[in-house]
Amino acid sequence: MNIALTELKKGQKATITEVNIEEIPLKLLEMGCLPGNAVELLQIAPLGDPYYFNINDSHVAIRKETANEIQVTLEK
Amino acid sequence: MPNSTIKVALIGNPNVGKTSVFNQLTGLNQQVGNYPGITVEKKQGFCTLDENTKAKIIDLPGTYSLNASSIDENVVIELLLNKNDSDFPDVAVVVTEVENLKRNLLLFTQIKDLEIPTILVINMADRMALKGIEFDIPTLERELKTKIALVSSRKKTGIKELKELLLNYNQMSTEPCLNASSIDPEYFDKLRKTFPDQLLYKLWLVITQDVNFLNLDRKEIESNFTKSHAELKRLQQKETIKRYQFINDTLKVGQKIDTSKATDFRAKLDAVLTHKIFGYVIFFGILLLIFQLLFDWSSIPMEFIDQSFANLSSYAKQNLPAGELTNLITEGVIPGIGGIVIFIPQIAFLFLFISVLEESGYMSRVVFLMDKIMRRFGLSGKSVVPLISGTACAIPAIMSARNIENWKERLITILVTPFTTCSARLPVYAILIELIIPKTRVVGIFSLQGLSLMILYLLGFGMAIFSAYLMNKILKMKHKSYFVVEMPSYKVPLFRNVAINVIEKTKAFVFGAGKIILALSIILWFLGSHGYGDDFKNAETIVTTQFQAENTTIDEEALEDAINAYRLENSYIGVLGKTIEPVIAPLGYDWKIGIAIIGSFAAREVFVGTLATIYSVGSSGEDEETIKNKMASEVHPVTGKKIFNFATGISLLLFYAFAMQCISTLAIVKKETNSWKWPAYQLVIMSGFAYVVSLIAYQLLK
Repeated sequence: MNIALTELKKGQKATITEVNIEEIPLKLLEMGCLPGNAVELLQIAPLGDPYYFNINDSHVAIRKETANEIQVTLEK
Repeated sequence: MPNSTIKVALIGNPNVGKTSVFNQLTGLNQQVGNYPGITVEKKQGFCTLDENTKAKIIDLPGTYSLNASSIDENVVIELLLNKNDSDFPDVAVVVTEVENLKRNLLLFTQIKDLEIPTILVINMADRMALKGIEFDIPTLERELKTKIALVSSRKKTGIKELKELLLNYNQMSTEPCLNASSIDPEYFDKLRKTFPDQLLYKLWLVITQDVNFLNLDRKEIESNFTKSHAELKRLQQKETIKRYQFINDTLKVGQKIDTSKATDFRAKLDAVLTHKIFGYVIFFGILLLIFQLLFDWSSIPMEFIDQSFANLSSYAKQNLPAGELTNLITEGVIPGIGGIVIFIPQIAFLFLFISVLEESGYMSRVVFLMDKIMRRFGLSGKSVVPLISGTACAIPAIMSARNIENWKERLITILVTPFTTCSARLPVYAILIELIIPKTRVVGIFSLQGLSLMILYLLGFGMAIFSAYLMNKILKMKHKSYFVVEMPSYKVPLFRNVAINVIEKTKAFVFGAGKIILALSIILWFLGSHGYGDDFKNAETIVTTQFQAENTTIDEEALEDAINAYRLENSYIGVLGKTIEPVIAPLGYDWKIGIAIIGSFAAREVFVGTLATIYSVGSSGEDEETIKNKMASEVHPVTGKKIFNFATGISLLLFYAFAMQCISTLAIVKKETNSWKWPAYQLVIMSGFAYVVSLIAYQLLK
């Protein structure tokens, strides 16, 4: 089942299924934010935004509205 | 065999320790300049490979890929695509690091597609055991069609091997790693047939970027090969996926990761440093500590420097033959140089702290913590770095705003950064605080002077935030909220990197700003010791006659002071200061302060140097008083009150806190925003605001 990246809980791992490339900066794609790659939610900033992920072994923080454009499926 | 020089380009993602490798290769044998026309820092250095061969190493700005999204990154592709550039590399060195090899290799595969001999450096090799990572180097070398050097800049290993590889660069394969054109064979086939002489990947870069390098008619490419923006981005995504497939396949055979060995040091530290309470407490604690140390630590060397230059000046005065040249040296040049040297301790300490915070990886956590808060004011979490760097100098700070993806957030950051207290204000603050704030301690440990300085920093920062908030309401711009921050792993800062950074930045400040300060000191000395009209020429007679007429008897020294004061008042500078006095008198300033303020529009720190010059011109030469004491003993000729009283001091502090007084900053804002409109607004609004605030403060306090 596809869910938005922001619906992950802290520490949860998932696989990226779809990215809305219109809304996602190329830089993020180049860091490995691509369908098929693994992602883990590491931290959410104290005020609820931004989100801090391990995407494809890259440790990056992105804003909630960007993370919402990325669909994932939970790892079983 | 004749001596030869190999040109080497050092390329890599940000945060891979590229600069460490550069420092290891070149030592202090490096030059920092700018690329012509743009303000991207150009670093190059030399290193000896063997007795006949040298390498000229160019440290290119960090980039994630050859798809440039900033002018810094543009520099990289411009160089790599232009064979005619005098710096076009014979060999490219792609620096990667152990932990992020997968991502780092994306850039590597792109460089390989340019068919330049490319060496792969895997840096931070000392962390391999810690992270449970092992490499099969021969396999990687075969798959990636390259030679690999495992380097640890911390343990200083692998540099010798890298030099060896550089020497033999012409034996390197220039074959691409993969065939990227298979993402759209039809399209690329057509492209190949139309431009048979050009490298396909170069053409692709020209099409997807907004650049023109190949001396091809861009229109020709565009008319035949235009695709919509979305289509191009989709192709770029396909290309990226393809590259990652190749990289994943390669690493599957060439890299072993035993995750059980990996320590979760980063996760533990992240939990504390980005904690909802501790995170902020630690951040503000660090800021407080920095400012306390800055004022306490640097006061010792500063007093020493202050005293030494005063001694030097009077020594020179006694031992050189009297005359115009001696006056120039003792009253213009020596105090002018002293005015620059005295601020080296504070500037060096500030750059030291900033580079430690950046090198350790902590700064990214601050960006993460602050983004939501900063966004309320129309800024980005990334604005924290310019705002903090702004406490050193607004110029590099404004340049560091480049990595803010969103134009509106970036523009606001650029416009408000000059409000933060730069090191040029520090000397002005330091001397005024010394004059008007008592040297007592609060709660036993905090010095009142240190706290006052902290308040001024907060005031500047608060003003930056407040004006950002206003601008966010006023400016109407559509924007997408792009924000990507890499969170690098924590590292103990390398002493060498920090030291080189501090030395380079301090040097740039001293020689950049210093030249202006020294030149102005000399000009001001000239204007202060020369004049026109009879009042200036006949000062001695006029004053002596005056005293005789009043029938007062005074000693010789006091008479000489009076003559000098009269002479200064009627010199060029005195006339200039007096002309503007009506404008600044309501702020509590006399014409001498007025002159110092005029000088400050070249650079704020000129304020102190100017006063030093004015007062040393204005008193008899035997005097050994230092600038500060001279300012403290200055009294108003009519009222007999101290000039630098509390009200004037506060008024001046506020004026310097808010006024836009730096020509270099205005120039950089023009460059970065590509318009005179924004710097003009800055100048008028900031200075106007400063005038009003100082006026109110003085009128209330006097």
